[in-house]
Amino acid sequence: MVKDAPGARDYDWWLLAIVAAICAIGVLEIYSATHGSALAGMHMKQIRWLVIGFVLMFVLSRLDYHVIMDQAPWLYIAALTALMAVLLVGHTRFGAKRWIPVLGEFFQVSEFVKLIIIIVLARFFSEVRTDELSLQDLIKAGLLVGVPLVLILKQPDLGTALVLMPMLIVGAFLAGLQWKHAAVIVMIGILMLPVGWHFLKPYQKERVTSFLHPEEDAKGSGYQVLQSKIAVGSGGFWGKGFGNGTQNQLGYIPVRYSDFIMSAWAEEQGFKGVLVALGLYMALLLRLVQNAQRAKDRAGMFLIMGVTAALGFHVLVNVAMVIGAMPVTGIPLPLMSYGGSATLFVFLAIGLVMNVRLRRFVN
Amino acid sequence: MSYWFRNDSRLPQERLAAASYVIVGMLALLLLGFWKLQVIDSDKYGVMAEHNRVRSIPIIAPRGRMLDRDGRVLVDNYPSFSVLLLRDDQEQVDKNLPAIAEGLGLSLDDLKEQLDNTKALPKFQPIVIKPEATPADVAFIESHRRDIPLLEMLMVHRRRYLPGGFMAHASGYVGEVSEQQIEASNGKLRPGDIAGKSGLERQYNDLLVGTDGMRRVIVNSVGKEVGRLTQQEAIPGKQIQLTIDYDLQDVAEKGLGDKRGAVIALDPRTGEVLAFASHPAPDPNDFAVRISKEEWQQLNEDKEHPLLNRVTQAQLAPGSVFKIIMSTAMLESKTPPESFTAFCPGYGVFYGQMHKCWVYGKKSHGAVSLHRAIVESCDVFFYNVGMRMGIGTISKYAKMLGLGAKTGVDLPSEEAGLVPSEEWVQRVYHHKWYPGSTISVSIGQGSVMVTPIQVAYVIGGIASSGVFKQPHLLKDLQNVGEMRVPLSEDTVERVTQGMYGVVNEPGGTGNSIRIQGVEFCGKSGTAQMMSYAAASRLGLGKGKNDGWFVGYAPRRDPEIVVAAVVEDTSEHGGTAAGPVVRDIVKAYYDKKNKKAPGQVTAENGKPGTEPGPAKKEPAEEPKVAAKPEQAAAVLPASEKNKTD
Repeated sequence: MVKDAPGARDYDWWLLAIVAAICAIGVLEIYSATHGSALAGMHMKQIRWLVIGFVLMFVLSRLDYHVIMDQAPWLYIAALTALMAVLLVGHTRFGAKRWIPVLGEFFQVSEFVKLIIIIVLARFFSEVRTDELSLQDLIKAGLLVGVPLVLILKQPDLGTALVLMPMLIVGAFLAGLQWKHAAVIVMIGILMLPVGWHFLKPYQKERVTSFLHPEEDAKGSGYQVLQSKIAVGSGGFWGKGFGNGTQNQLGYIPVRYSDFIMSAWAEEQGFKGVLVALGLYMALLLRLVQNAQRAKDRAGMFLIMGVTAALGFHVLVNVAMVIGAMPVTGIPLPLMSYGGSATLFVFLAIGLVMNVRLRRFVN
Repeated sequence: MSYWFRNDSRLPQERLAAASYVIVGMLALLLLGFWKLQVIDSDKYGVMAEHNRVRSIPIIAPRGRMLDRDGRVLVDNYPSFSVLLLRDDQEQVDKNLPAIAEGLGLSLDDLKEQLDNTKALPKFQPIVIKPEATPADVAFIESHRRDIPLLEMLMVHRRRYLPGGFMAHASGYVGEVSEQQIEASNGKLRPGDIAGKSGLERQYNDLLVGTDGMRRVIVNSVGKEVGRLTQQEAIPGKQIQLTIDYDLQDVAEKGLGDKRGAVIALDPRTGEVLAFASHPAPDPNDFAVRISKEEWQQLNEDKEHPLLNRVTQAQLAPGSVFKIIMSTAMLESKTPPESFTAFCPGYGVFYGQMHKCWVYGKKSHGAVSLHRAIVESCDVFFYNVGMRMGIGTISKYAKMLGLGAKTGVDLPSEEAGLVPSEEWVQRVYHHKWYPGSTISVSIGQGSVMVTPIQVAYVIGGIASSGVFKQPHLLKDLQNVGEMRVPLSEDTVERVTQGMYGVVNEPGGTGNSIRIQGVEFCGKSGTAQMMSYAAASRLGLGKGKNDGWFVGYAPRRDPEIVVAAVVEDTSEHGGTAAGPVVRDIVKAYYDKKNKKAPGQVTAENGKPGTEPGPAKKEPAEEPKVAAKPEQAAAVLPASEKNKTD
């Protein structure tokens, strides 16, 4: 299997450093947001998740990605089965069926499904031999993503379902998506919007309407976004200081330790802190793309770019939500937001990236 | 492992590069968004954040107290707790409402209705759901702070009035502001605020209300107080000193007793109101908290009209008291000349109709002059005078002397009474004046109507040689209105001699209420409320009267004038209302004569120390009487002149 075990110097230490820095500010802000409240000690739990994540990342990076991608069909079937299972016997929390208990913790199945879809899509696209992506292949890829997407929407988990889309789009783009196809898809997408609207749950519709007309909903998700904007705006350029964010400390920011952690960070650290955080994310994403550019083969490149698409989309949607530029979707900020499954997903995804990098020079 | 990947190393480098540009562009856009919020609009959000965490809890300012002219407390406050409902979290409110209703002993439906009514108000504004919290309520709130974090207690000041409706119509009462008042106040008033609704409470509301303070506390997002910022103390309302003399007021209240009627005592030299009573009177302590709809309706529909301020609002026929106006008019207009005498056989026939004198069937007055006509209250004499003068002259002098117009007393909703005239009949009834009506008006019957305060004001003015001072209850009222009517010395002398005779000469209608050593003068009046015929039609048997007496002392330039009316009595004015007036005048002189020389007294306008033996204190606040210099309210110039 593994011909030459890669050495320590083959790891992307820069990437690890960036990841570690993001995790560190995440833990700091989780501490600031929860200390002295009923949630105190949450940062320690997050550190535990980070440690597990690091370990899993290294484990995954040791296993040749070709071997993993070899199992793509089985992984796909396993993913669909898990999604069905969660719908049938899953645990309901916060009004959605997303969790199944494993080893005493509740795992959000769709986080791992994301990882599997990245692998499945990479496998699919690397088997496309043409330079241009044919319509037939494009439709096949669409179906591969479509089935789990519908199952995730059933939970309902609009946020995770949406993350599958950029994976598909970026994959197709890199596999040689033709501009005419892209144009047609965009057209169909626009035409399908009203139909899609019809399928949204009432609370999802409410989130969209309150995004479009925030003044009409001062207590629901419009209220959340407003409070988040107040937090961000009142932070100013220099911020209110660690542990001094009133919006954060007094609980005006909704789920300030998770989905809205960027809001808490921006309030306490100000624009300069945001500059640091977003700079780190930019470095992370660009470093991922760089790794893709230096991948040994198409399979590795697709794998890394699938991860890049997922993480990039997470950052975009989450941060845009925090500043009120996008509706509330419940997508966490990778590595900063508190959360077990989401953190493990990111580390596993980065494990895949390391995996590809480690085998750059290996035949 | 199948060899599906075939070492395919074709990498779409251009498209990968494009992906990096997209990443950079995306993050640049996000950064721009932060720049807008954190740098450009930072101040705006800073203010919003400040408002978010700071909740302002009002500190209610106590209303100013009301003191009598000697500095004794007539109206004051006591502390009480109101229960506030915080409405920030609608879900919590809906969930806990039944428990709250049960815990505080409120009706759930009423509570829901109240919430519906206040929907339009901002959510962060708490509402008062129970004005007077009992110890059990306090215990309930304290023990459920954790599971029902929606209740808060607010210290308020409740008004305390003297019990039993003492001086109730003068003091008025306070109540919760109505929705219209809130809307009209431009945000100054909040629901649950207290404002004067009637009487002096309303007249001087702007003086009496203080400025509420504000306790600014830091709350978390569920409204729990986590810290305290600043405290802006409440500025108490101004204390006002009244012209009322508690001792005289007490005599007035006791004198009226269960009788329906009104008493007003004035110092005609200054216009100061010394006593002011209207019975029946509601107890304003009942409104100081919150009055139920039923109780309010009951008060409004009460046949005895307890809410009517009879002193300023009861418009009644003056009866024979009007003869003083007739006498003054006769002497001033010389129609007929002062030497005019009439023969009274007990009745007279005018314009083909018989008009009785009040002695009809018992005796006759014989030949009477003006003096005897006043003393014995001969109707026939004044029938003749009225016929000779005509309604035009009567109406002219009645108006000149202040009837048919408000006296300008500093109380809201004063009535003007009515002086009939040819124009008035034409305007209201669209027909010509019947000369026969003049005959009834001549003895204060027919359509002429006066209020008790007008009677005291007019008689006091005539006896003061035509100087009419605006009646008022605020001791420090500046620019007291004054009306001067040029009455000849002869007129004043003759009319006051007549009124002296009423009390002090044999045959006078007030002969039974003489006061030893006091030049007590007056005039009685007995106005028929309805004709004998109408009364018997309604099954009331004998007609009922409004018994009047207006008295003053001394004869010229009096110090005190008292008008009293007892409604619905079968007695004559002299016997029904006379003793009430006499008792007040007597109390006035008793008090005056007891004062040691050199002592500061009511007369020289400064608040005096408690004179004589300790009387019943109106309220348990002895330190005020000891420090009367604190009592005087300072009036802003703009407020001073307000009388309507």
